[in-house]
Amino acid sequence: MTALLRTEGLTKHFPVRRGTLRRQAGTVQAVTDVSFQLEANETLAIVGESGCGKSTLGRALLRLHEPSGGKVWLKDMDITALNRQGLREARKHMQIIFQDPFGSLNPRMTVRETLSEPLLLHGLATSATVRAEADRLIDLCGLARWHAERYPHEFSGGQRQRVGIARALATRPMLIVCDEPVSALDVSVQAQIVNLLQDLQRELGMAYVFISHDLAVVRHIARKVAVMYLGRIVEEATTEALFTAPRHPYTRMLIDSAPRPDPAALRHKASAKGGTPSALAMPSGCAFHPRCVLADDRCRAIRPELRQVGQSRVACHFAEAAISDNVVPIKADSPALMRRLAVLEQARAGQK
Amino acid sequence: MVDPVLSLRDLDVRFNSDGHQLRVVNGVGFDLMAGQTLGLVGESGCGKSVTSLAIMRLLASPPAEIAGGEVIFENRDLLKLSKREMREMRGGRMGMIFQEPMTSLNPVYTCGSQIIESLRRHSGLTGKAARERAIELLDTVRLPSPEKRVDDYPHQLSGGQRQRVMIALALANDPTVLIADEPTTALDVTIQAQILDLLRDLQERTGTAVLLITHDLGVVAETCQAVVVMYAGTVVERGEVGAIFADPQHPYTVGLMAAVPRMDALQGRLTAIPGSVPPPWERVVGCRFAPRCPLADDRCRNERPTLREIAPGHEIACWKAPIEGVSATGGQS
Repeated sequence: MTALLRTEGLTKHFPVRRGTLRRQAGTVQAVTDVSFQLEANETLAIVGESGCGKSTLGRALLRLHEPSGGKVWLKDMDITALNRQGLREARKHMQIIFQDPFGSLNPRMTVRETLSEPLLLHGLATSATVRAEADRLIDLCGLARWHAERYPHEFSGGQRQRVGIARALATRPMLIVCDEPVSALDVSVQAQIVNLLQDLQRELGMAYVFISHDLAVVRHIARKVAVMYLGRIVEEATTEALFTAPRHPYTRMLIDSAPRPDPAALRHKASAKGGTPSALAMPSGCAFHPRCVLADDRCRAIRPELRQVGQSRVACHFAEAAISDNVVPIKADSPALMRRLAVLEQARAGQK
Repeated sequence: MVDPVLSLRDLDVRFNSDGHQLRVVNGVGFDLMAGQTLGLVGESGCGKSVTSLAIMRLLASPPAEIAGGEVIFENRDLLKLSKREMREMRGGRMGMIFQEPMTSLNPVYTCGSQIIESLRRHSGLTGKAARERAIELLDTVRLPSPEKRVDDYPHQLSGGQRQRVMIALALANDPTVLIADEPTTALDVTIQAQILDLLRDLQERTGTAVLLITHDLGVVAETCQAVVVMYAGTVVERGEVGAIFADPQHPYTVGLMAAVPRMDALQGRLTAIPGSVPPPWERVVGCRFAPRCPLADDRCRNERPTLREIAPGHEIACWKAPIEGVSATGGQS
């Protein structure tokens, strides 16, 4: 069985030009040699800090950035080999939603026009059926029918994200790349959108590549997680394995650094040190060595390949030795919180 | 019992725009105790930043207008000080840190000269002594090789390093109160952890009281001793950090706590709060959370609840609390 999405050695390097002659002064190695697989109905999260290449990777999957090397397959279609016409066809099957849909929605088009355009363009609706089809998308994304005649600026951030999702769904894609879709939203609204994405996946069976810097959101939504550092995947594992027993020291650092909404949580933060180096001047050997507590001479000289270690894939010389167990113990919600939440939920159900 | 170093009483802030009056902050009050970190939390538009800017008298007027209330600091009402007295206060007895240090540091002066300027103004230090103190401060905030960095311009530093300079500047004159408005929101999570560690260490060392404005409940849990929860311009709940997290009482706080995605929870649906925050131009007579609250009745919609104590040191503004009392049978009237 072929995976829904498969990449092999996907690479995107940007030339940096300087001076009056625009000579190439260097290369930003935004994404280097990224390989992974994703099945239908599954979510792979790509996590990392700013500048790790996660957004570039997302765009390279759709060829919104032309990859500098490597392959991307959607089912058995080689995306990287398609010509313009073929790519346009293929885009029907793969869509993207952004952090701020405001930037990607046409301010002069109503929601109905925004949704109708791809439907008619890809021949998924006729002028007779387009209205009903747009209404279906609006219902699906939890918007009200009267929202259809409104313009993007009339919506709140959460509603705008719903419109962005509805538009991505219009072409009935197999894959949606979600690039920090909830990062700009307040928590109460963020929860609405995370739930919506999960419901839609259950209903329609799409695969998500979920790009995020927020580990807590990732734990809720993804089944597999790939951690990126300076353009490469340094660890890929199931969500459970990653959070209970991270193997790469960078993964461990990310988990330890994320603040937990629990005043009683034990803090062990000594592991976070330094910042990400520039992607223009990559450190030798393992790119993480200047910040790593385990680093020795081998790490400074030889870059560790991503390799299978137990159930995970890890790029660290110490992957076999460095197992931290039960790093994030599961905590039950406070009984008082659960009790009161139940009262609210019950009252809410009674209102309907 | 420690005394409050900063007391806010019934602060009202309005914005006048196009003949409309937006009531952005409505009767907000709290006490910041000596040596304490107090978290002012809420979602965007709840008025937390406007409150902090009002304390510092940094709101542009017009359109903003402080329509009422008191800000008591060192036995004086800051709202009654002259502009000149207020300038003395800011950067002197009161320090500030903002979200994006690039916009609060002056790009055409070196980091050192900005700290030296502040030392000269508020502490009367000049020349070599001031420069040495500036280097010492940069060392305190753990900026690597401070004796070189002191001559760097802000653009030569990374985001985390700029925030360290900002903290050095804020602490230059041993302030009694430090107001930090989303100090780590623009930073990566590993850098955020380092800056929060630094703030905590410095506070333990200097005893400065910190007012931390943030939307991130994780940051609150890790750094604050007391919490004030705001919603749509009003305080809905306040208390010790342990009580707010383990024993939230206001329906909004309960909803907020349940909506936060957690690394230490098993996968499952998040509990969202339906609806969204009312826009500030919407006139709400009663409880501002009523339109989203399943327990709301006529009284909630018509009469604004005031803060009352529900447990020692734990106050909430809700007619229905404790909400277990409004159980399944008699909730809706």
